[in-house]
Amino acid sequence: MKTDDLILALSADAKTRGPSLTGRVLLALALGACVSLAVFMAALGVRPDIAAAAHTVRFDLKFLDTLALLLPALLLCLRLSRPEVSAGTMLMWLLAPVVLLAVAVAVELATVPSDLWLRKIIGRNWWHCLSLVPIFSLPPLAALILALREGAPRYPALTGALAGLAAAGVSATIYATNCTDDSPLFVATWYPISTGAVAALGAWAGRKWLTW
Amino acid sequence: MRAALAGDEAPYRWLLAEIGRAVRPGIRAAFSRARLGDGDIEDVVQETLLAIHLKRHTWDADQKVSPWVSAIARHKAIDAMRRRGVRRAEPIEDFEAFLAAPEAPDPHARSDVERLMESLNPRARDIVRSISLEEQSISATATRLGMSEVAVRVALHRALKALGAAWKATQS
Repeated sequence: MKTDDLILALSADAKTRGPSLTGRVLLALALGACVSLAVFMAALGVRPDIAAAAHTVRFDLKFLDTLALLLPALLLCLRLSRPEVSAGTMLMWLLAPVVLLAVAVAVELATVPSDLWLRKIIGRNWWHCLSLVPIFSLPPLAALILALREGAPRYPALTGALAGLAAAGVSATIYATNCTDDSPLFVATWYPISTGAVAALGAWAGRKWLTW
Repeated sequence: MRAALAGDEAPYRWLLAEIGRAVRPGIRAAFSRARLGDGDIEDVVQETLLAIHLKRHTWDADQKVSPWVSAIARHKAIDAMRRRGVRRAEPIEDFEAFLAAPEAPDPHARSDVERLMESLNPRARDIVRSISLEEQSISATATRLGMSEVAVRVALHRALKALGAAWKATQS
């Protein structure tokens, strides 16, 4: 087949240009988050004292942290799903949740007596955090990978890993409304392990499904 | 580019032809540096055009077209060279420089596309052939096959996506 013949076939298909990638990705994330939220509310629900907890700095900080992960990860993931964009210095945005958490940990260590540190780190829900954050991240991660298949990422594994971080951000936001361990020492110990596992899963999925 | 992507066939066909002419020298340069023959260059041009078609929603209307086009061409050229056993594909910086200097297309008979079309179902193959090789319009094809125009459009779109996937699958 000559190139001109192929061009005829392609131009006959000129009208079928789908919705924008950003639209698809945001819709996918919203749908995935709704599925996770529905399962979460049916199986666990928010902690009983959430109204009182919402007035404490430590509780609110958890959400600041998860959103500081979700937003840069999502924006980077969207940018990197275009073929001409390389990662570069934009990856520094991902330091936002790390810096935030580090400052919170430093303040916590300065204000809480050292004999309580270990209890704060282990908390009561570490196993929940390690298992539920990855589980609730699966619906948004699957939806994101599916939507990103329409993209053309230069680095499929990295783009997948960022989708994993965004999905973990959604999942951690949901889970944090149930978890009664609010100390930054707990958050900085267990949440990153779960998040890292989801990012690794995302990288694997990206390598497998986001190449084009 | 914006006009060509608005959904009108004529400007879009013109754009694809221009892009084909623009990426060919860069692909040829990459192949000759990797000491590969000229025989497959047109396949890579076609694979690039198909990718541009299937991924055209990833072009950001606020950005220039040429970096986007050359990124896709580079990606497809590197893929094609890897398929042909080039272990370490050198970074290809030539695309941008060549984009300004188009050249005449090669005549090209039996191609990857034709081979990959064997993997389509007969109806889809018939539609792609009818529109490309026989230069029939969508409506003429629809009448001949007793289908609605919409059905032909959908089948054509699916067939092109399937071709892209089949090309991808030949990599491994």
